[in-house]
Amino acid sequence: MRRNVLPGLNLSLGITLFYVGLIVVLPLAALIFKASSLGFAEYWTIVSSPRSVASYRVTALAALAATIFNLFFGLALAWVLTRYRFPGRRIIDAMVDLPFALPTAVAGISLTALFSANGWFGSVLSDIGIKVAYTPLGIMIAMCFTSLPFIVRTVQPVLEDLDPALEEAAQSLGGSDWTIFRTVILPLLAPALLAGTSLSFARSLGEFGAIIFIAGNQPMSTEITALLIFIRLEEYDYQAAAAIASVLLLTAFAMLAVTNWLQARALRYTVKG
Amino acid sequence: MSTARRKPPRVGDNPLFRRLLIGIVLLLGALLILAPLIVIGVEAFRQGWKVYVATLANADTQHAIMLTVITALIAVPLNTIFGVAAAWAMTKFDFRGKRLLLIVTEIPFSVSPIVAGVAYLFVYGLQGIFGPMLDAYDVKILFALPGIVLASMFVTAPFVARELIPLMQAQGRDLEEAATSLGASGWRTFFSVTLPNVKWAMLYGVVLCNARVMGEFGAVSIVSGNIRGQTNTLPLHIELLYHDYQAAGAFASASILAVIAVFTIIAKVALEGRGAGRRVKPATILVTPETRP
Repeated sequence: MRRNVLPGLNLSLGITLFYVGLIVVLPLAALIFKASSLGFAEYWTIVSSPRSVASYRVTALAALAATIFNLFFGLALAWVLTRYRFPGRRIIDAMVDLPFALPTAVAGISLTALFSANGWFGSVLSDIGIKVAYTPLGIMIAMCFTSLPFIVRTVQPVLEDLDPALEEAAQSLGGSDWTIFRTVILPLLAPALLAGTSLSFARSLGEFGAIIFIAGNQPMSTEITALLIFIRLEEYDYQAAAAIASVLLLTAFAMLAVTNWLQARALRYTVKG
Repeated sequence: MSTARRKPPRVGDNPLFRRLLIGIVLLLGALLILAPLIVIGVEAFRQGWKVYVATLANADTQHAIMLTVITALIAVPLNTIFGVAAAWAMTKFDFRGKRLLLIVTEIPFSVSPIVAGVAYLFVYGLQGIFGPMLDAYDVKILFALPGIVLASMFVTAPFVARELIPLMQAQGRDLEEAATSLGASGWRTFFSVTLPNVKWAMLYGVVLCNARVMGEFGAVSIVSGNIRGQTNTLPLHIELLYHDYQAAGAFASASILAVIAVFTIIAKVALEGRGAGRRVKPATILVTPETRP
């Protein structure tokens, strides 16, 4: 191996380690330390209390529903944006990033205004008996909004790089569009779709700002886990806050591991050497 | 690709299917993405220009805007310095644990902002590691500007680094090695060789980082203590007005952040035109095990 002649390793690595240590590792370590200072029995009582479990349930179910919706809508969006040319395409392409650029609190109040009983969508939906604001459905809609770009932006580059020769070969063998999509295109998109899905799901599990305005925030039914942590803090119950926050943190680590694994796979199977 | 031959229809080019799919996507996009943006403007002006202007001229709103701008002015440059240093260290050198360092750098991306806020409480709060000591010396970190800046830096830590790392990894080390061997100093090499090649990617990261810092809600709401006229950033001020039954004021304040969001997207598209951020490729996978010694 060649000797590295470039300068600046000590300075740049020093800044990096200091920053990562101070900003990222220290607080997370403090949280884990705080949570683990509770005895196991106490920890378990807090994290398995009916109110905590109800919050995991509503958070996970809404995140799952939002992710499944975004899987289809995101794939359709990515497909339309890469495969078709139509007026306004570039504007739509840019607008896909709005949920990332718009602060979550702003998204929260604006979705609430749209879906509350006298809002543009809420008034129409309440006529047919669907209530969105202050129900789990509202939580799901807020999650759909904030996590939409993940699936579009992970699938889009793979769709763009798809080799047309593969489709032509399948067409020349007489495959119908649906068969080719199912057996040729979808398997090639699968790793990117999975990676986008896990990112979208992880984001939904931790989302706070966009949800608290539109959710009813009723314990046991429309109270998400992130809000329960916030409430425990306001009650000065720091141990409970630490314990429940550690559950969200460990879930995030698990999702991170899954995402990294999927991305490594995606790279192996979609990028030609 | 030959241009003389007409391209054969590709999968999904059936005109009926094509129109149907475009129609569905446009409709859902209008309902789910465009409508929330439009409703902010409509609600902000529901009670007319006077209420709008009065809200923005209100002392608490002005203070919230100032605090948000100051936070961004501190957090974004610090984050940029970190991003550049991290990218330089991780792409120009090989060392053990590089992959782990990269994964740790990207952790804030998957951690809930609420968890981040709580974590900071357990470092600098009275029930935290340094809290009692800081209190003894009367240093205020939480419920003050430093806490808001720190929490903002946590949630945006990977923003600049993850734009620079894939790009600098792809560009390799040859140019820098040539510059150094011709006698250029490290700083000269960085400013005249590396930076010109990555400036748009860096700016791209800065723009996204800034948008997130200015809009951060969950983490900041925990560490700031929501003190009206003191530690309320603009997103927190919006919540306060909203729960105070001042919807028009909340939407007026929200309209400022919505305008910033739209400008962020315009800047993003402009920078993508210069080649920045083309691929949402996570940096993690680009530092492959083979680059280790």
